[in-house]
Amino acid sequence: MPEKNFNITIIAATLLLITVGFILPGWLTFLTISILAKALVVVGVAVLMRGGIVSFGQGLYYCIGAYAVGLGGKFLGITDLLGLMFLALVAGLVSGSLLGLLMKRYREIFFAMFSLALSMILFGVLSKSQLLGSTDGFTIVKPTILGATLSTDNANHAIYIFACLLSGIVIWLGQRYLRSPMGFAGEALRDNEVRVEYLGVAPETIIYTKYLIASVTASLGGGLMALTLGHIGPEMAYWSQSGEFIFIALLGGTSHIAAPFVGTAVFEFIRTFALELAPNAWQIILGVVLIFIIIFFPSGIWSLFSSLKEKLRSGESGSPSKTPSVDLKKGDS
Amino acid sequence: MNPILEVKNLTKNFGAVVAAGDINVDIYENEIIAVIGSNGAGKTTFVNMVTGYLKPSSGKILFEDADITAYPPRKVTRAGICRSFQIAQLFPELSVLENMMIAFSLTASRWPSVLQPLRNNKTAENSFTVLKNFNIDMYANDPVASLAQGVRKLLDIAMAMVSKPSLLLLDEPTSGVAIEEKFELMDTVMNGVLQSGASTMFIEHDMDIVERYANRVIAFYEGRIIADGPTAEVLQEPTVKEFIVGEDIAHQEGGGLNA
Repeated sequence: MPEKNFNITIIAATLLLITVGFILPGWLTFLTISILAKALVVVGVAVLMRGGIVSFGQGLYYCIGAYAVGLGGKFLGITDLLGLMFLALVAGLVSGSLLGLLMKRYREIFFAMFSLALSMILFGVLSKSQLLGSTDGFTIVKPTILGATLSTDNANHAIYIFACLLSGIVIWLGQRYLRSPMGFAGEALRDNEVRVEYLGVAPETIIYTKYLIASVTASLGGGLMALTLGHIGPEMAYWSQSGEFIFIALLGGTSHIAAPFVGTAVFEFIRTFALELAPNAWQIILGVVLIFIIIFFPSGIWSLFSSLKEKLRSGESGSPSKTPSVDLKKGDS
Repeated sequence: MNPILEVKNLTKNFGAVVAAGDINVDIYENEIIAVIGSNGAGKTTFVNMVTGYLKPSSGKILFEDADITAYPPRKVTRAGICRSFQIAQLFPELSVLENMMIAFSLTASRWPSVLQPLRNNKTAENSFTVLKNFNIDMYANDPVASLAQGVRKLLDIAMAMVSKPSLLLLDEPTSGVAIEEKFELMDTVMNGVLQSGASTMFIEHDMDIVERYANRVIAFYEGRIIADGPTAEVLQEPTVKEFIVGEDIAHQEGGGLNA
């Protein structure tokens, strides 16, 4: 999609979502914020996956963002929505930039296990910390908006609008990143690390950038979720939470920056309705759905959009163009 | 005239095996050098050490008077030595043009841009120019995975040329290419390389190609240099004839692989 069209689509989708928010019932507003919050984390997971690395510990930054919001309100007296979310961003940026120095050296299963270990260390530390509510966590302050104290409904609506705007900005920035030399270098790295190195760039630089992006988006997602739930706990860093993010990334696909949002929406709606239908067996329903997706749409739900787009394009231009052949192509390979 | 590359007493051991022993080579500007030798003679080990892929066990590599012995590949590239590979190292999921554009963008800066688009007119124009120099511009929009071996080789070399190296090392540029296309491929490569003015060293098994394109030959045997000099002289050396040329002819007659 040309950049201008993409920008218009993002602005229109964000405005539409904000407008729809005025007529959504409370439960759906809450669900939508949860979707956007988790999707922000999954964006980071997808960015890493596009570079051929899988983080089994993205719950680490999800939890760091949430605790940054919680601690900011509890110990620093910050109640402003923007101020708290800024804290989440800084927490993700600082922790990601430090841990990224370690993580950039690892690949494949080592990267996955290292990230898992880090998130479980945080889970253990928070679980043992009496000051931070141990395994129960603690309730966070109700946010104010630019100094104004709002009713619970209005505060939730303000968080909703903020979540929509934040998601719009992340999608816009994310798409710019994926189309940038650094974004393409990430894909190139997955294909051939040796060639990347021989083009004069350290693969570690590319991994580090990806890791930083993923840690910041996960922290923002965690902060947003904390504000929505009004409560945080160490289970946000637990391995099953990180596993859920990978599940969603596979569900949505990684071929487009908006795919995690579609994947999260599908996941949350399935889970919500599966819980209604079968409170004790909703995991089975989710498992069956994932198997279905892997078998029929191995590139995720977004591949449906991509193939539809391809069909429309080939329908417009007729048969695909043929590349002229030259002698070199003849007779080998 | 000072050499641009000085290799002094370079040795690489893998346990008890001496893959390359006491290598001494000087390379000067505008030279086109062929490196010959049978399988396991140490040719690729030598190139791998010069380009930072392997760390030498001992010895020194000086490039334009800087000691690059301990440099990682990316620093060697930035210093001005680029290479292609026996098996073309490309990004198969991307198109030919995207491969070239990535090459341009990554060589331009150690920290490639995060928000500027890769696809811009200037990069596309530069990429097309290089693709044209190597006669592969007609494949610009094809995915690399669909390309023939010869085209892949050319793209691999074209990508290595993007950073305008002073020294280009080509590891068997014609391997995997049909015999009748080898000269055409080498003509294209040399045409592209000569335009850049880079000194070139290529590993080759086909003596017809060595005779036609190289003005100097370095012959390896069992990890050591057994001859180094003008092409015609080296190819007539009895030891080279016995250990390398003879064996190579036997391979060709038997239809074997020149790996």
